[in-house]
Amino acid sequence: MFFQPLGIRTYSAEATFPIKPIDTHKLENSPATEVQINKDDAISYYTKMQIIRRMELKADQLYKQKIIRGFCHLYDGQEACCAGIEASLTPKDDVITAYRAHGWAFIRGVPVCNILAELFGRKLGCAKGKGGSMHMYSKNFYGGNGIVGAQVPLGAGIAFAHKYRNSDTVTVACYGDGAANQGQIFESFNMSQLWKLPAIFVCENNRYGMGTSVERASASTDYFTRGDYIPGLRVDGMDVLAVREATRFAKEYAVKEGPILMELVTYRYHGHSMSDPGTSYRTRDEVKEIRKNLDPIMSFRDKIISAGFVTKQDVATIDAEVKQHVENETAKALASTEPDFDQIASDIYVTDTPLSIRSCNIYNKLHHQPSV
Amino acid sequence: MALIKCLNASRGVLRSVGARYLSATSQKHAPTEMYVRDALNSAMDEEMNRDDTVFLMGEEVAQYDGAYKVSRGLWRKYGDQRVIDTPITESGFAGMAVGAAMAGLRPICEFMTFNFSMQAIDQVINSAAKSHYMSGGMVTVPVVFRGPNGAAAGVAAQHSQCFAAWYGHCPGLKVVSPFNSEDCRGLLKAAIRDPNPVVFLENELMYGTAFPVSDEAMSEDFLIEIGKAKVERVGKHVTLVSHSRPVGQCLEAAEQLASEGIDCEVINLRSIRPLDIETVQQSVMKTNHLISVEGGWPMFGIGSEVCAQIMEGPAFDYLDAPAIRVTGADIPMPYAQVLEDGALPGVKDIILSVKKTLHIQPITESA
Repeated sequence: MFFQPLGIRTYSAEATFPIKPIDTHKLENSPATEVQINKDDAISYYTKMQIIRRMELKADQLYKQKIIRGFCHLYDGQEACCAGIEASLTPKDDVITAYRAHGWAFIRGVPVCNILAELFGRKLGCAKGKGGSMHMYSKNFYGGNGIVGAQVPLGAGIAFAHKYRNSDTVTVACYGDGAANQGQIFESFNMSQLWKLPAIFVCENNRYGMGTSVERASASTDYFTRGDYIPGLRVDGMDVLAVREATRFAKEYAVKEGPILMELVTYRYHGHSMSDPGTSYRTRDEVKEIRKNLDPIMSFRDKIISAGFVTKQDVATIDAEVKQHVENETAKALASTEPDFDQIASDIYVTDTPLSIRSCNIYNKLHHQPSV
Repeated sequence: MALIKCLNASRGVLRSVGARYLSATSQKHAPTEMYVRDALNSAMDEEMNRDDTVFLMGEEVAQYDGAYKVSRGLWRKYGDQRVIDTPITESGFAGMAVGAAMAGLRPICEFMTFNFSMQAIDQVINSAAKSHYMSGGMVTVPVVFRGPNGAAAGVAAQHSQCFAAWYGHCPGLKVVSPFNSEDCRGLLKAAIRDPNPVVFLENELMYGTAFPVSDEAMSEDFLIEIGKAKVERVGKHVTLVSHSRPVGQCLEAAEQLASEGIDCEVINLRSIRPLDIETVQQSVMKTNHLISVEGGWPMFGIGSEVCAQIMEGPAFDYLDAPAIRVTGADIPMPYAQVLEDGALPGVKDIILSVKKTLHIQPITESA
């Protein structure tokens, strides 16, 4: 999966941190204002966030070298969201998100080399090179979805399946501030509440839907209240511990009572996608400011050093190992070849028998292999 | 004697009224006849009984017994967990059906009519049809979208569209269009058991029609292979290929033409995608004449596809005349009866087309 950095000396085992107050909507209780964390978890969260950061920056580099084509929506700045949520989930809980999905794919267990290989369109890609940036899946991770908002009804349906089977697991369905105005999201809220589905709807509010700021897109930017009859939380999405605590609270609620909405206030350093420099609708100063004061990885780094879990040197070691890991994984992915052309028409259907598929001309046929 | 006469008379009434207003459970005119509505109902009932991951969701499917009574009795038998009334939110509940299927259940998602599926078409195409491919085979979507398709009677433009061509266009979907009760039973059971997303196009005007069904078709494991057409009537002069209700019109036309010595072969496509062009080809190679018949609009329709594929294949060399199409008129569906009658193909359109194709009426004469 991913490596465990070696050579970290133990200083202390546990620490407590305050988190910014979490705004609530239609909730009697609220998450804790202080969280405890142990050393192992601290190092794990830091390492994972750093891997995502380096992986996304590597993707940026390779996109500019034209090794990655088409759409590429990067997650750097938002690492605490997926890392914090995952910290309170089990592997049996399900997650679905939209197209800014590389960080999520990693946190849900897809190795970096398989993510990068998918971006490169290679055999080693987690979707065999057939999906690309927006269509990465894993066990208990349903992508990676390209149509804004469509993943939310899908997520409600997955939650429905959990309830149908009487399991004590939840489904996390993520969407952005841009998607938050989609009608189908409100349709999902309605049915989830009616049928008390164990769903956590997560609005990753990175303040811009493509080039449109939240104030210019939404009549109400209090996304955590937009579920109306569904209770909500507004959480600092740049603080992995706050996200973890809010998710812990939300999961407990969702399994017992029904759907809950969690707005994570976060930020993306890159533009909407690699075709967007991200400067025509926001200032460079704004980006710099957030990077300086609110970076999720740097602020967590400061915490774990101050807690005595690691020294500055330890962190430097982790950073170096992460960097090397991503380089190694990149090399693996680059070494993978493009899919064999005879795979072009396979995996369209689940089929026991081979199928003949029309190609672009009537003289050559494509072949759909039987499903494995 | 009087009692039997009375029963027979009421049977006639039942048939003509289409048994639409009965509140009793499944009317099987056992053992050899079955209404299309009951064929669909029994198929769902048996599949829900056999596999507890199968469930039905849609507007009015539960407590109303189905807008067209197709799901009559199922809620009473299976309860709230398995038969679910949804709010009027197609985009949301179709997406939920797809998500539930991805997570391993087998939803039957009913659209009250396929006209309303347009609100949800993104979920059917982008989420259901494409996910298996986009995920490199990892994600499966065993969902069935079913409901009445095409024209009803007097329901006007927004409630009368045929979606066979729209859904048939998309790789990743299977699209099925049954004609009679046996088709409905076998194809719906096959669709529910199919691990792929299936669009199941019913016809409201057929729900109240009874057909004879074989003993085999009454078995709980009776399945009809999706992607195989059926020759409903063997003939030698012309091939009529059709799907859904127009198959019945082709058979009627064939009967009338038979009395004039014209022998039609009638093919019931049963499936739109995969399209069984081989059966059509074999027929055309025998009859040398091809006419497709459908209720949908002419442009870019089912007939267009059939003709194009016949041109591209071995049967072309056997055609003695151009393959032609009988379709719905290229107009939005009007309301007034006299206009509606002109919007949909009738037996007369089929007969006219057969005679023209066979040069029994000179082409230069007007109809």
